Amino acid sequence: MVELGMPTRTVLTTCAYCGVGCSFKAELRGDELVRMVPYKNGGANEGHSCVKGRFAFGYASHPDRVLEPMVRNTLSEPWRKVSWEEAIGFTARRLREIQAAHGQGSIGAITSSRTTNEEVYAVQKMVRAVFGNNNVDTCARVCHSPTGYGLKQTFGESAGTQDFRSVDDSDVILLIGSNPTDAHPVFGSRMKQRLRQGAKLIVVDPRRIDLVRSPHVEAAYHLELAPGTNVAIVNALAHVVVTEGLVDREFVASRCEDFEAWEAFIAQPEHSPEAVSDISGVPAEKIREAARLYATGGNAAIYYGLGVTEHSQGSTMVMGMANLAMATGNIGRPGVGVNPMRGQNNVQGSCDMGSFPHELPGYRHVSDDDVRDIYEKLWGTPILNEPGLRIPNMFDAAIDGSFKALFVQGEDIAQSDPNTQHVFAALGALELLVVQDLFVNETAKFAHVLLPGTSFLEKDGTFTNAERRINRVRPIMAPRTGKQEWEIVCEIAQAMGYPMHYDSAAQIMDEIALTTPTFAGVSFARLDELGSIQWPCNVEHPSGTPIMHEDEFTRGKGRFMETVYVPTSERSTRKFPLILTTGRILSQYNVGAQTRRTANVAWHAEDVLEIHPHDAEVRGVSDGDLVALSSRVGRTELRARISDRMPVGVCYTTFHHPVSGANVVTTDNSDWATNCPEYKVTAVQVDLVPEPVADEAAREAVVAGGNR
Amino acid sequence: MSGGLPPCVRLANEIAAQFAHRAPDEAATAIANHLKAVWDPRMKQALITHANSGATDLDPTAALAAKKLQAPS
Repeated sequence: MVELGMPTRTVLTTCAYCGVGCSFKAELRGDELVRMVPYKNGGANEGHSCVKGRFAFGYASHPDRVLEPMVRNTLSEPWRKVSWEEAIGFTARRLREIQAAHGQGSIGAITSSRTTNEEVYAVQKMVRAVFGNNNVDTCARVCHSPTGYGLKQTFGESAGTQDFRSVDDSDVILLIGSNPTDAHPVFGSRMKQRLRQGAKLIVVDPRRIDLVRSPHVEAAYHLELAPGTNVAIVNALAHVVVTEGLVDREFVASRCEDFEAWEAFIAQPEHSPEAVSDISGVPAEKIREAARLYATGGNAAIYYGLGVTEHSQGSTMVMGMANLAMATGNIGRPGVGVNPMRGQNNVQGSCDMGSFPHELPGYRHVSDDDVRDIYEKLWGTPILNEPGLRIPNMFDAAIDGSFKALFVQGEDIAQSDPNTQHVFAALGALELLVVQDLFVNETAKFAHVLLPGTSFLEKDGTFTNAERRINRVRPIMAPRTGKQEWEIVCEIAQAMGYPMHYDSAAQIMDEIALTTPTFAGVSFARLDELGSIQWPCNVEHPSGTPIMHEDEFTRGKGRFMETVYVPTSERSTRKFPLILTTGRILSQYNVGAQTRRTANVAWHAEDVLEIHPHDAEVRGVSDGDLVALSSRVGRTELRARISDRMPVGVCYTTFHHPVSGANVVTTDNSDWATNCPEYKVTAVQVDLVPEPVADEAAREAVVAGGNR
Repeated sequence: MSGGLPPCVRLANEIAAQFAHRAPDEAATAIANHLKAVWDPRMKQALITHANSGATDLDPTAALAAKKLQAPS
């Protein structure tokens, strides 16, 4: 950083990485970003930052950035740089032609959790008002859609219950399928701080994450469960609470409904720790002790990540955790709650903004006449009352021929979505693929139009973090492409014959506030005044709501749901005897499009496969060997790292690099309720790759991984 | 394993498995309500068509749900 010189001015903005949403002072020398300094008054981070937010911003000026629109008629043609006018005209004409030939429902869009609320809102409006269908989904489909579903069913609102500060009041932390010290470092540090002060920790994870044992922190219990058995475990915890008389009767009686039926269900012997022990591999007594600690240890908070959601029963598990929190009265005050750790900076926001094909902004179903009426009047056009296609459905419909054109906003679906071969087939079958991104990403290889996007340093808008905190993203420079992303969307809409126009991002937020009750009190002026706002923000809560469901649940009474454990159909077999699960590391971010283009690659140059010493030994695999990883759908190669952080029979990798392409092997299994992919469980085999071949592949991996 | 099932059948069977503990009629109603809430019309139609074709690869409760989807509510 030193070589960039001394800063001359400062802009307050929000980090572009994970769902913690840290506030930073961007310090500039002229228009050049010199350094990012964490902001002391930032509500989410209070002056802290991590290695990504602080240092990994160089991608915004990376030479790979696409700055001019590009078009091609077929994938075999080279890209042609064109004017904005031509790119937008081409896109609009092709979308209308395809609709004329294949029907109104033959086109759709995917919004991004890395773009602002205002940009997402514009895309879903384009789909609903201009495309005339509900074929809009968001990349949150593949991470936290079960959170939205499960918490809505039980609490009535599709969001976490607490602010980050709440953890300072927790006495017991139940951490499930989440690795905050790597994936959400700034919040991870905060949690660690509380643990060092004496709060007790229960970790539910197949992998021995750092928090299980690290300097000054040791988990009271680590329930090292077999991947795919979350629901069995949470039911067993609840079984102990109910059968050992640990229910908070007063809370349940005054705040909840459907408790008696649930109590009878969960008390059945099949949910006992002794029965579940066989399924999960966790000793019964350990489950009992963990349940007693959670129920009786004071303020108990649940924090969870994609290890909960990315399963065939992701939604069921979210409801199971909600049941547990309600039964013990751990909702509605500081130190408790059910809290999703969101992966990307605007996962919460992209969901809030009506990106789901069945919900208008604010999680209101498209079949609700009163809600549709608000938008139909304002937008002057009818809105379809039937749900549209979700991302996996779009892929299936592309292959069966009823879905022909897709607009993708800032998401690399070709790399991040499961069962790569299936995704490639779907993208290859489209007549028109429009990609809006900073780079020619993997998805762009299948695209006909590339609309260059803006980095967070150019955006004007808001991100909403995992604690529902709406933070301002302020531009430090004009868009290097000449246009804000929402302007491009408006111009496509206009070229398609619909008058969509905004003067500013602030005006889009005004429309969101006007139409969405939970955002009623939000405006850029108010955000500038308060710094940030946690929705709901309305007449009753003019400064926002740090903690939800304090006096009553959003839906009135909290609802207990029966959560039957149904094993996934993805099981280890003789041919695929190991279970692969996936995750992240600290220095890299998601598909790596941003962090791989910074000096952070020094810390993680390639994805590796963590494998248990026993599983390695029987395969003749040593540390650093190149191995082939295969599942029933695909095969890839990567280097092995021998590690006993996973139990025998389970291996682990990250998905930050396209060269190893972990999703070549993941399957199209998904959460039953939301079709969130089951990334966390894939039956695989691992084989040693013979040496001469290994040497050559290793060289290629270094070239492709290191120089991108 | 999907075993080459059409997507609507595979997904409907996965949903049906979650309601297998309930009485068939009650389960079918829950499944039908879920499909109404979150499935695109073409997927519902594909499921109805598949159920009406007498195919045996569809879970019986899912088939019953398809019938309920078809009936005017």
